[in-house]
Amino acid sequence: MIHTSHLVKQFGSFKAVDEINLEIGRGEIFGFLGANGAGKTTTIRMLSGLLKPSSGEIRIDDLDIVRHSEQIKHKLGYMSQKFSLYPDLKAVENLQFYAGIYRVPFEPALKRLEPLLEQFGLSSILNTLTQDLPMGYKQRLSLVAALMHDPPLVFLDEPTSGVDPQARREFWQVINDLANLGKTIIVSTHFMDEAEYCHRVIIMQDGREVALGNPAELKTKHGSANMQELFLKVLGVSDAKL
Amino acid sequence: MPSFSRIRAIAEKEVFHILRDSRTLAIIFLMPLLQLIIFGYAMNMEIRQVPLLVDDLAMNSSSRALVSAFVNTDYFVLIAKEAGTLKPDELFRERRAQATLTIPKDFGAFQHRVLLRIDASDPNSAQMIQNYALGIVNSTGVRTEAGIDLRAQILYNPDLKSSFFFVPGLIALILVMVCALLTSISISREKEMGTMEQILVSPVSATEILFGKVIPYLILGLLDALIILAVGMLLFQVPFRGDFSVFLLFTFLYVLTSLCLGLLVSTVAKTQQAAMMMALGLTLLPTLLLSGYMFPITSMPVILQKLTYIIPARYYLQIIRGIMLKGNNIAQLYQAGLSLLSMSVLMLIVAARRFKLRLS
Amino acid sequence: MNVLKIQELSVRYGPVEALSKVDLEVQPAMVYGIIGPDGAGKTTLLRSICTLLPYQEGSIEVLGYDAANRAKEIRARIGYMPQRFSLYQDLSVQQNLRFFARLFKVNHADMLKRREQLYKFSRLEPFAKRLAGNLSGGMKQKLALSCALIHTPGLIILDEPTFGVDPVSRVEFWQLLHQLKADGISIVVSTPYMDEASQCDQVVLLHKGRMIGQGSPAEIISGWKGKLYSLTSSDLRKLYEFLLSRANKEDLQLFGSEIHLFSEQELSSDKIASWQREFPALESCVEIKPGMEDVFLRMMQ
Repeated sequence: MIHTSHLVKQFGSFKAVDEINLEIGRGEIFGFLGANGAGKTTTIRMLSGLLKPSSGEIRIDDLDIVRHSEQIKHKLGYMSQKFSLYPDLKAVENLQFYAGIYRVPFEPALKRLEPLLEQFGLSSILNTLTQDLPMGYKQRLSLVAALMHDPPLVFLDEPTSGVDPQARREFWQVINDLANLGKTIIVSTHFMDEAEYCHRVIIMQDGREVALGNPAELKTKHGSANMQELFLKVLGVSDAKL
Repeated sequence: MPSFSRIRAIAEKEVFHILRDSRTLAIIFLMPLLQLIIFGYAMNMEIRQVPLLVDDLAMNSSSRALVSAFVNTDYFVLIAKEAGTLKPDELFRERRAQATLTIPKDFGAFQHRVLLRIDASDPNSAQMIQNYALGIVNSTGVRTEAGIDLRAQILYNPDLKSSFFFVPGLIALILVMVCALLTSISISREKEMGTMEQILVSPVSATEILFGKVIPYLILGLLDALIILAVGMLLFQVPFRGDFSVFLLFTFLYVLTSLCLGLLVSTVAKTQQAAMMMALGLTLLPTLLLSGYMFPITSMPVILQKLTYIIPARYYLQIIRGIMLKGNNIAQLYQAGLSLLSMSVLMLIVAARRFKLRLS
Repeated sequence: MNVLKIQELSVRYGPVEALSKVDLEVQPAMVYGIIGPDGAGKTTLLRSICTLLPYQEGSIEVLGYDAANRAKEIRARIGYMPQRFSLYQDLSVQQNLRFFARLFKVNHADMLKRREQLYKFSRLEPFAKRLAGNLSGGMKQKLALSCALIHTPGLIILDEPTFGVDPVSRVEFWQLLHQLKADGISIVVSTPYMDEASQCDQVVLLHKGRMIGQGSPAEIISGWKGKLYSLTSSDLRKLYEFLLSRANKEDLQLFGSEIHLFSEQELSSDKIASWQREFPALESCVEIKPGMEDVFLRMMQ
């Protein structure tokens, strides 16, 4: 689904992303972990076409991201950490808007997503102004908006920030279902325990890959009890307490 | 090719924003009315009821004729002369009179000189008082010393009513402010909230976003123009001598120019606050001072005169004064119209290019 | 003596009861955690302690002063770090610190000494002249903490201090808190992160304004009656569907490489064996130690 080779992004003399090579398959949940400034958001922005790579190659479904940006944009859904919804629009109007800019007929799209709306408990709040919704609802609505055009590839940039543990677990249940339907999920997160939901993760530091693999294998390999410990270990941060 | 359905999606959403935001709506529709009323009644450029003290030392038929000529106008009102003659100086200082008229003892058959003293602490009013007084003196048929008899004929606004001057000017000012402000804020707000990022990952092009943003405000701007026009005509009896369709056409052009200015601002400003400051800075004072609204362009220093060419309101003032007061047709206004059109196109191109640059 | 003592505290906003009958005691040099989801009443509780909110019932005693009528004394003796970054972005690190020192009437000589200590403690000295707005998320939080400490308070109240801060900075921030504790300062901190909850000496679990648990993290976990199992398979999806027919959906959680199953009672080895017979791809089923989050989510139900 996604293939990158020697991916580099430079801002002036600062290398935000340095030689990242990835091969991500269909139906995979792939996680980006790292501190702020480690390069994960920059990488995700390049993969989603928001930023142009300085050098290296990104191919999505065997299409070059720079040359075929228009075609690729139809294939991807994007949910940002700010849950980009218009607060003064009703929930349904937000969905309508995103269907509109992807040029998909709204009614069929809504019909297709009905089970998801039901599962998320969103059906009853469609006519509520988005600003009046609790954080957890905004997050789920934002995911539904990103799925209006049924993209095979979904980017989630810190999708659970500000959402409580209960809602987080339910959210991940849905992400799992989506992957099971064959959608590829790319996710970045601050919560190390969430890395456990991913099939594979990459841990980044200073723009480089410091670890890549299945969470269970990585934990065994580095002799860590949990992801937090593993994370700090591979980054070389010493703290026994966490 | 820009897609119509996407532009419509963005425009529709924009309409929701406008309708839900009652404060902005109030600003759009109440601000013009408020300004009209303030400008119309408070910032009156005419002088009326100037307190005048007359010191008639002649007390003959000629002097009485002159005094009644002053009193019969609406411009002057006589103040009672109290016992003991107050010096003009004191009268002015106590603000009891703004002018004094002294008619000498031998006024009449051989002597035609009178003395008018004016409080010029407000030079504009003083100038006008002088002009009015001269006019009155002339109209009494009393010969002036100089042999020249100057008669001016005032066209289009024979009564020199200031409402004729500020209503068109206000349309120009409010349109550019409202349009530039609204578009620039609506785009910078999306940047601030992060929704712009979401739109940019979709296949929407910069042109589609810009068009989708401009169209609703274009309609809003035209609506605003009509409101000011209607209220101006109803409250202040401003004439409308030209063709209404010509007015709509050129106002459309002007609104478009203002919206493009707003788009340009939004490509520079990162926050709503910055956008607001920039949009106001680029519209309010330049339009008031450099468009020919308040001060005639011909009397400005050369460098400022050159600067007026980039002020959209300069052209629109020509147009709207031409249509409303002179009944101009398209042929007489097309040059100004073309200037507006080329400004919009230029700004739109720059905005579309910058827009892409910033976010890709 | 207790640094903080709250008895039967209830706070209402009009008809809405934000907090109901909360009791807690904080001893000197203790990290006390307020844990709960959004809307549980964490911020309300912290604001009441800081004398920022009036409360209707119960009592709050901070450093020996009654919060109901000695707000001035309390405010001078505590440090508070609100949830949103509340420093002046357009002032430098140094200027922010000086401003807060002046607010609390710290005299200049003391301020300089205290600032030295705080610079050393937070490692912010190299950035003294940098505008607060230009600091990274983690550094902003350290500066906010330093500002809350400039008048050497005996108790500091932190409202979700690591919200949105990246994991490495979070670890560093908590290292600072442990250092403060070692210096004898008491800390009341709210957090949505369960790994942070485990680092507190005592925690109270809030849900919809009510206490649903209180004690040390170890006590809370050991006091929980229930079992957690980890199951693995080469085909996790199939295993998940298999388990769905045998357990409640709420008791199952699908992870990337394992499935967690919650059970009220211990699973008998017979049962596990029968599952293995029916679903041969089941590789292992072992009991695991629940974490704070597992326990907390269960207690909320």
